[in-house]
Amino acid sequence: MKNIDEKKYEILFLIIALSSLTALALITGFIFYKGLPIIAKVGLFDFIFGMKWAPGKGEFGIFPMIVGSVSVTLGAAIIGVPIAICCSIFLAEFAPVTMRNIFRPAIQLLAGIPSVVYGFWGVLFIVPFIRNYLGGPGLSILAGSIILAIMILPTIISITEVSLLALPRHYKEGALALGLNQWQTIYALLLPAAKSGIVSGIILGIGRAIGETMAVIMVLGNSVAIPESILDPVRTLTTNIGIEMGYASGEHQQALFATGIVLFVIIMILNASAQYITRKR
Amino acid sequence: MKINPRTSQKIAKFIIWLAAILVLVVLFAIITYILAKGIPHLSFGFLTEIPRNMGREGGISSTIVGTLLVTAVAVIIATPFGIGTAVYLTEYTRESRVTRIIRFSAESLAGIPSIVYGLFGFIFFVTYLKLGWSILSGGLTMAIMILPTIIRTSEEAIRTVPNLNREVGYSLGATKWQTITSTVFPSALPGIANGIILSIGRCVAETAAVIMTAGSALRMPTSMFSPTRTMAVHFYILAREGISMENAYSTAAILIILIFLINVVFNMLVNRFVAKGR
Amino acid sequence: MNCKIGKQMKATVMAAQLLVFVILISACSRNNEVGVIVAGSTSVQPYAEVLAEEYMILNPGTEIDIQGGGSSAGITAATNGTSDIGMSSRELKDKEKSLNSIEIAKDGLVVIVNPKNPIQDLTLDQVRDIYSASITEWNKLGGTDSKIHVITREEGSGTRSAFEELLMGESEITPKAIVQDSNGSVRLLVADDPNSIGFISMGIVDETVKALSLEGVTATRESILDGSYTLSRPFLFVTLNEPTGQTKHFIDFVLSDEGQKLLSHEGLVPSMNK
Repeated sequence: MKNIDEKKYEILFLIIALSSLTALALITGFIFYKGLPIIAKVGLFDFIFGMKWAPGKGEFGIFPMIVGSVSVTLGAAIIGVPIAICCSIFLAEFAPVTMRNIFRPAIQLLAGIPSVVYGFWGVLFIVPFIRNYLGGPGLSILAGSIILAIMILPTIISITEVSLLALPRHYKEGALALGLNQWQTIYALLLPAAKSGIVSGIILGIGRAIGETMAVIMVLGNSVAIPESILDPVRTLTTNIGIEMGYASGEHQQALFATGIVLFVIIMILNASAQYITRKR
Repeated sequence: MKINPRTSQKIAKFIIWLAAILVLVVLFAIITYILAKGIPHLSFGFLTEIPRNMGREGGISSTIVGTLLVTAVAVIIATPFGIGTAVYLTEYTRESRVTRIIRFSAESLAGIPSIVYGLFGFIFFVTYLKLGWSILSGGLTMAIMILPTIIRTSEEAIRTVPNLNREVGYSLGATKWQTITSTVFPSALPGIANGIILSIGRCVAETAAVIMTAGSALRMPTSMFSPTRTMAVHFYILAREGISMENAYSTAAILIILIFLINVVFNMLVNRFVAKGR
Repeated sequence: MNCKIGKQMKATVMAAQLLVFVILISACSRNNEVGVIVAGSTSVQPYAEVLAEEYMILNPGTEIDIQGGGSSAGITAATNGTSDIGMSSRELKDKEKSLNSIEIAKDGLVVIVNPKNPIQDLTLDQVRDIYSASITEWNKLGGTDSKIHVITREEGSGTRSAFEELLMGESEITPKAIVQDSNGSVRLLVADDPNSIGFISMGIVDETVKALSLEGVTATRESILDGSYTLSRPFLFVTLNEPTGQTKHFIDFVLSDEGQKLLSHEGLVPSMNK
């Protein structure tokens, strides 16, 4: 009698699981189904390395957007990663308890601010600052990098801090017993030991930066030309979809789905790298 | 050149404290600016009236309702499916290549930019299934968007429940289902709840996927098929078009307060549940 | 305990679920809904919202929903049934001519610069050269010694199409131009950046930006009506077939004296369908 009941529950969960997987397979399949034809038509190489994005004229090269995504993300990483690691070390090692009780919720709050609010704040403060003191229209790679750096801090900090805290106590105690001071312990022992966690945190942060749309639509300028300096406006893969999504039809729409495929592949590669690195422990 | 370890410690400590203070300053700058500009303009009327005159006048009541409905639809659909999938993956199947592929897919899909979900939702739900710009389209799109996250966090929470707990259950003669509900589930609840809170926060803050699926209509929604504007979308439109900076700030202030409350309240609930369970 | 349910059965279950889901959803499609959906041009959108608000006050219980997306999106939506009316701020293209279009107002396309910019007037050729990046510095036009920051709208925008057709002609807008997705954001940007130039709807020009005169002619209701200001475009409501029912009633309201007065009050030029 019990066995029949058990089987019932198992089948119930099976159906639920299959439904979820169906939904997820649906979106994946849909994106590929809509996007592959245009890649086949234009040619993978010409699509990814094509320099001109002019859908009105049938030109579908997304290279300027790839440059945009890469440069903005790289900038965000250069600015954000050192600060994030410092903050994680701060939380794990140097912060007095009261400070920790302020700082940790603060990071959570930072993570909760909507991206449009970040973008708005960027338009109000970062963009004019760059325009008035560094030149250019202000809407630039630099503006995007700064805003994204702030946005990915919580992601990197939370994972890195967890990795540092997860290290066995005897690592630290042994080092201190040998006469190393706190910083030496961190630098020579703890950081390298937590390396895989730190790296996966960084990769996740980069994934978040690449996927951001709304905040950067407001501060990047969205021009379709390849940028020549960090003060130039630029368009990313995500903002390209965002700006043109509403009206695209036919081949143009397919090209946007194809951009989605590219993003999909990039995220999969990033995730695979993160998993590979964490498993290497 | 050898740096005295004591000096390097001092320098490192300085830089690290500097970084932490910098982050706090930035956070402070953003939050206080929005709240300072937004709260003075808030009133009871702002929360209960609908936007008028393109959003220049009136309040944001329809957007509050819209946000709540879209989020509710998404969470109500995604949570049971997400948790159920996680339960099945951890409890009813053995670790195999298939489960690893599923886990990897869920992880990847959780990282896909929300704009791609928006594009999918617009073409599939709004246009192809002819649901139009509606709470339903928006909710369904968001449900698919948060599903991978809920699956992932629930699965991890369930997996970290020590097998000892399960063994105890079985040894007492409980069936698998009974063990799951009485032992595994309560222990995993904080982790699962965390994933759900994260997803709720994501739904409330989401703009890119919502604007093209739920629409941007200003009036109070009357059914699941009504288009609606969420607060995040309303803020975006007000700020971008320069229609009313005052109202934009106020909307943003409400958004931030709402997200803050969600985090605080749920953390409190979870802590109390965990404490009770001990 | 592992799963004894075969792979084949799993696949069939998945397929069956998908089918059921799709059937259920399409059964509840939009056709059951009462109300008018108007979608498209972000230039027309604010005015449509004002009209809809007034209409719903005068006709309680009705539901008019306005959605953005751009002129091309609106026309597409009207064609495939996602919306009842499509809003467009440009003339219909040849392949769209089979659709039914009604002009609800006329709007001028105004070239704007920052109030600090000393320039007051430009020729059409000069504007074309600026936008095609043949001229890149303000001093070539009598302005300051700095680079021109060119601002344009996104590709599906009716405002951009109208600008390209009426002014750019064969020349292309430079890919280096900054792209913004609404009239309002172009205006905000130009108001902030002393070296910028953009084009927006006449109806939303305010004191934060300076409207240039083109070839000596300023954009006013009169100069648009008598044709001396050439950059004018129609605001269109586009439908797939002849409008009926609630849709027709709403469009009638828009074309009525009351509707036109509302639009006039907001800065548009009344339609010639009077």
